[in-house]
Amino acid sequence: MQWSGQASATSLPIGSDADLAWVRQQVRQCAAALGFGLVQQTKLVTAASELARNTLVHGGGGRVEIRPLDNGRTRGLEMCFIDSGPGIRDLELAMTDGYTTGGGLGLGLSGARRLVHEFAVDTEPGRGTTITAVAWVTQVPASRPGVG
Amino acid sequence: MNQPTPIQPSQVPVLALGDVLLVSLQGELHDGMAEQLQHDITQRISTSRVTGVVIDISGVDIVDSFLGRVLAEIASTARLLAARTVLAGMRPAVAITLVELGLTLRGLVTALDVDRAMELLSQGGS
Amino acid sequence: MTVSEQDAAESAPQVVSSFLERRKEQVAQRWADAPLFRTVFTVSRDEAVEACKAVLEALSEVAVSGRLEDIAAPGFGTVRDQLGRMAATRARGGSTPAQIAGEVAGLRGPAVDLLLEEFADPAAPQAQECVLALTLLLGTLRLVVMETALDANAELIERQRQQLLEVATPVIKLWEGTVAVPLIGTLDSARSQIVMESLLEAIVDQRARYAILDITGVPTVDSLVAQHLMKTVAAARLMGAECIVSGIRPAIAQTIVQLGIDLGSVLTRASLSDALAYALGKQGIEVSRTDAGASAR
Repeated sequence: MQWSGQASATSLPIGSDADLAWVRQQVRQCAAALGFGLVQQTKLVTAASELARNTLVHGGGGRVEIRPLDNGRTRGLEMCFIDSGPGIRDLELAMTDGYTTGGGLGLGLSGARRLVHEFAVDTEPGRGTTITAVAWVTQVPASRPGVG
Repeated sequence: MNQPTPIQPSQVPVLALGDVLLVSLQGELHDGMAEQLQHDITQRISTSRVTGVVIDISGVDIVDSFLGRVLAEIASTARLLAARTVLAGMRPAVAITLVELGLTLRGLVTALDVDRAMELLSQGGS
Repeated sequence: MTVSEQDAAESAPQVVSSFLERRKEQVAQRWADAPLFRTVFTVSRDEAVEACKAVLEALSEVAVSGRLEDIAAPGFGTVRDQLGRMAATRARGGSTPAQIAGEVAGLRGPAVDLLLEEFADPAAPQAQECVLALTLLLGTLRLVVMETALDANAELIERQRQQLLEVATPVIKLWEGTVAVPLIGTLDSARSQIVMESLLEAIVDQRARYAILDITGVPTVDSLVAQHLMKTVAAARLMGAECIVSGIRPAIAQTIVQLGIDLGSVLTRASLSDALAYALGKQGIEVSRTDAGASAR
């Protein structure tokens, strides 16, 4: 994977409910500007919401860096969620569907991973967690208008 | 980038149509608001004669696992209080995303829009 | 005109560059008859000559820059599109990439002949050096043509793939409130995404209560395909529509059982008409033969 490093990142704080809403809006805007279709935008914003909430609830807050990508073939969006919280002790377990410590449905991490193309977790107990999610604009023909 | 202009921290409107509660969710929903809504609906069901709840989410552009859990809990709580809940008007993009996310909301009854939801409730079927 | 002794100070690429510029017309006249140009520029010979000149100008520019072996040399930029179109035309005409490469290699002969005419002694070291430089340059041209040809191919394949995706997923309104997608061919992730999107859009547009996924035309159902089907069913349900999977051939039913695939709560019917009958029945619609129709038989 390669991309031209010219694009600058937008950094947003994650410290409250209102911040989650702001992150969702910013990701939506950025994805729309990059040419993501409606379904892909919805997937990206949903993934951002899950991951930002993870940063807020489990990481004790942090920030997200949103960066547009271009690999020469297509454009993409990278979202980096960074916290300096307790870290994830058992990553494999945390990535399992239904596993939860936060009172949710346990679909946060595992579900978000299914909504993007690339997903990486860098974590160390006591040192915080960085979750990177990348999605690329896929050229899928628009659904047909109406039915025959 | 500047701090966000806070997005409408307004109450979610809950309308009573006969013995059916109609809840219209619109746009951005903060986690706190969703939890408040859950509480409000439960109160309304327990204090007045409510046999059905219709949650219209046609104005919602994303449902994540948090909101999904709140919706499922509203339905389960309502069921305990003998009211049926119908989730109406989910957008195609939201439905596709929820399925990818792994959230199929099996316990919830769904309808294409509010009219269909009302129809379902009046039929008394599933 | 011959290259005189004082030109000896000039490097071979420079000599080649000025040769290409000076004898552009003559080289172009010879190249225009080569199959590569003749079969692509069919309207008039002048058109072919002009195309040759454009390529020669580009080569001259590359030569003077000294980047004889660099396919990314800026000089090629101006003719890259033209070369791509030529390669694509030859490819559509049935030429293999190797044949196209051979045709480009065929341009070397006439150009070298003309270059050697420039020298009093074709065996002189400087003449040989220039021939080598020209040969290198034309080798690079061949690579550029190959590259553009491959790019054009990849683009063509991608375009066809998308056309196929689009064509292969029509959503049909079978009845008021009932839509169907006849699935034909392999159901991979990209296809199933499109099927899902088109079906959900149709459910909204048609206010459909029932959606039928007919898999008569799907050759095999493995666990991945089953997963795609179940996702589509789940998404339709979230929108308030009931999905029915029809057209499960006996062999496929057996495979599903043998693989231990759990289609869960997915409603299935053997044929599309069974599925339609179910959907109509649930909506209280009855279809019966009229007297007129009966007597016509």
